[in-house]
Amino acid sequence: MAIKSLVSGMRLTGYYFTHHKEILTQEYPDNRETLTFGERFRGEVVMPHDENNEHRCTGCTACEIACPNGTIKILTKMEVGEDGKKKKAIEKFVYHLGMCTFCNLCIVACPTDAIKMSHDFEHSVFDRKQLTKVLNKPDSKIVKGVE
Amino acid sequence: MELEQPAISDTGDFTINMGPQHPSTHGVLHLKVTLNGETIKNVEPHLGYIHRSIEKMSEASTYRNFIYLTSRMDYLSAHMNNQACAMVVEKGLQLEIPPRAKVIRMLMSELTRLASHQLWWGALGLDLGAITPYFLGFRDREEILDIFEETCGARLTMNYNVPGGLMYDIHPNFVGKVKTFLKNFEDHLPEYKQLLTGNIIFEERTKGVGILTPEDALSFGCTGAVARGSGISCDVRKWNPYDGYETVQFEEPMETGCDCYSRYVVRIREMEESVKIIEQLIDNIPEGEFQAKTKVVLKVPKGEYYTRVETARGELGVYLVSDGSSNPYRIKYRSPGFSNLAALNTMAKGNKIGDLVAIMATLDLVIPDIDR
Amino acid sequence: MFSFYDISNSIHQWLSSQMGSTAVMLIEMAIVGVLAISLFAFLGLLLVYMERKVAAFMQLRLGPNRVGWKGTLQTLADTIKLLFKEGFSPDASDKFLFNFAPILVIVVAMLLLAPIPFAKGFQIYDINIGVFYISAVSSIGVIGILMAGWSSNNKYSLLGAMRSGAQIVSYELSAGLSLVVIVAFSGSMSLTQIVQSQADGWWIFKGHIPAMIAFVIFIIAGTAELNRAPFDFAEAESELTAGFHTEYTGMRFAMFFLAEYINMFIMAAVGATLFLGGWMPLHFGNLSGFNHIMDFIPHIVWFMGKTFFLIFVLMWFRWTFPRLRIDQLLTLEWKYLMPISLFNLLLVALVVIKGWHF
Ligand code: SF4
Ligand code: SF4
Repeated sequence: MAIKSLVSGMRLTGYYFTHHKEILTQEYPDNRETLTFGERFRGEVVMPHDENNEHRCTGCTACEIACPNGTIKILTKMEVGEDGKKKKAIEKFVYHLGMCTFCNLCIVACPTDAIKMSHDFEHSVFDRKQLTKVLNKPDSKIVKGVE
Repeated sequence: MELEQPAISDTGDFTINMGPQHPSTHGVLHLKVTLNGETIKNVEPHLGYIHRSIEKMSEASTYRNFIYLTSRMDYLSAHMNNQACAMVVEKGLQLEIPPRAKVIRMLMSELTRLASHQLWWGALGLDLGAITPYFLGFRDREEILDIFEETCGARLTMNYNVPGGLMYDIHPNFVGKVKTFLKNFEDHLPEYKQLLTGNIIFEERTKGVGILTPEDALSFGCTGAVARGSGISCDVRKWNPYDGYETVQFEEPMETGCDCYSRYVVRIREMEESVKIIEQLIDNIPEGEFQAKTKVVLKVPKGEYYTRVETARGELGVYLVSDGSSNPYRIKYRSPGFSNLAALNTMAKGNKIGDLVAIMATLDLVIPDIDR
Repeated sequence: MFSFYDISNSIHQWLSSQMGSTAVMLIEMAIVGVLAISLFAFLGLLLVYMERKVAAFMQLRLGPNRVGWKGTLQTLADTIKLLFKEGFSPDASDKFLFNFAPILVIVVAMLLLAPIPFAKGFQIYDINIGVFYISAVSSIGVIGILMAGWSSNNKYSLLGAMRSGAQIVSYELSAGLSLVVIVAFSGSMSLTQIVQSQADGWWIFKGHIPAMIAFVIFIIAGTAELNRAPFDFAEAESELTAGFHTEYTGMRFAMFFLAEYINMFIMAAVGATLFLGGWMPLHFGNLSGFNHIMDFIPHIVWFMGKTFFLIFVLMWFRWTFPRLRIDQLLTLEWKYLMPISLFNLLLVALVVIKGWHF
């Protein structure tokens, strides 16, 4: 009985020893190109811009409020629109990647879908300053019609 | 400070510090172990190395925001922790969540339980000196985590539950993937038994080791597989069904051996039960909303609320005191690991060092859960 | 046919024709020393690589695959890394013993290499009490471990060393007794003669059931003497962090590591020599045709094949089984293996006297 139980365990490891098909190892830096993620994978917060360098953020700060740990800081400015009215717009959407917990609450909170999660997961940098990012590109504007 | 204390006392006792950096304390648990030769005379757990004051931080966050922190408590049952917190807010708001959300929550919880037990099984093997189980356990766990990644967006700290239901609907691939997983896991579960359960060395190591009498289990407030291994029925899913557990059929596995082996068998059987629950639910996910309508700013009415769920380690209770504002006034977690750890000294006394490792492994300690 | 015997003989003759016998001996000793050390280093690298690959495949992994072709140079790279590491020694350690322990362990492992016949006539020192020599010298190794554990001034190390002391002293008995079985069968203690006596079949086949029992006991006791899983109490990384070598770093740690693998090789080689015929090809009684075919495979291949097979079995154990507990280990020895070996020895004596073996 006792020996049988030991042999049956050895049969299993022996089986895996001879069946290399079952090997699970992912050779990570080599398979970078072919890595796939679930489409909802949360890498980091990004703000998509279209080809006219326009984003959808109105500067409503809903995401800033929703964020549990103060990762997002929105600096707004007043801008004169085409119709001559003064309008609030973002000057800088500051995102502290080093503090983000990738909880997705900001994305859910945003009323205009201005931000989303990218699949980029290789966040390590040599200098912590690089983790503080400004998500809106320089001179970018809000897409027309987004209120 | 008694710096001049002799290393070995007159009676031949000596103290070693196991942890906070030790391969078998699974994190930063610090055990002050008094030994006489190889025999344990006293075990004194020291906590505090990973205290992050999650309870206090919760008080500063809104009702939507504090949930994500609980993923960092018992990170292996992150989903159940989130669920408990979401439930307490729902209780306060008297919010009924849609049936679809309930079923998905149950499915996710059982998947989490499976993933947690698979990791525990591997780590148990590792603690007992068999390294291969670790990789086999991780192989199956990985499949579950892939499912989580697709639906929840993260593999460990899912944050998928929000007050009122779920953050988003399940991914279209979810059902298919869970079915594939169940099929694979059916093939793999016998391997668990082949490698450890029936193994004579393993049985010798665990049978009759770390006895926890039912009385002790009760008085220490042990829950989960630790109490069930001592023959105490304490499954919250049975006794106090939440989120639709009253609608599924499953057994509460119980053993009366009171030793490490019983706790091991309970967990293995729990995996089988979880598979059963998933099988019952996976084809019957009701259509409909996945989230109840909630206000933008949640304000729980003044009062005290308590909910509990069965996590992979036992009963997690969330106690919420609300003063009617948008932040919790006080949050208290009753974590299963903390109570289970309390029984360690009773179980370990008189055993050998090797047994201490086995006992800790069958307690299934997750240190951030003990020390919040 | 290619044979090491011819090579070593011709070297000896050529040297003898050139100079006096003392000088010949000195030069030969130097050659043997160089050969032994290079074999040592090579085996260390090879076995570590093998262990890692075997472990990886059993655990659904790939194992080392970065340095060199399929990671073959990985162990070399690791050695170089260890060479460059700081040789740290704890403050309150006994410096002399602390530094001496790894050297002792490795010297013992080297000494054990002496009487092992690698091929016909290819042996460092053909001593006529080879079996005795091996069991005597191998028990010195434990002193090195005890020294390491004691001098580190670390309770984990001390516990590991004490465990290993108790363990090796106990298992020496069964290992010794199972060696005696073969000595009784072959009527000689010289490893060469034991190999010669298996010309018509290996002892494990010739010796009926007693030889089988002795072989199984030898494998168990050998694993225990090597401090390898499932008997790796001296290290027991989940209990004692790293056991007796907790405080060792750099090259001193590497020496312990190397000695472990060399000892494994020697254990397997002794097992192969005594039970599986050493370099003797697979022969069956007087099936001369079959025996002749087998003779075409060089001796060294036979020897290495058997040895590595046994090493593989040891690795297989290690990557499958959980560890026992220290008291269970001693129970196993004193309550089961010892009585069985003694009884087995009695049986063997009967078999030998009656001449029942082939
Ligand atoms: S993902 Fe969470 S932590 Fe990160 S910025 Fe958004 S809300 Fe803040
Ligand atoms: S990203 Fe969305 S939520 Fe945040 S400020 Fe811009 S529009 Fe508002």
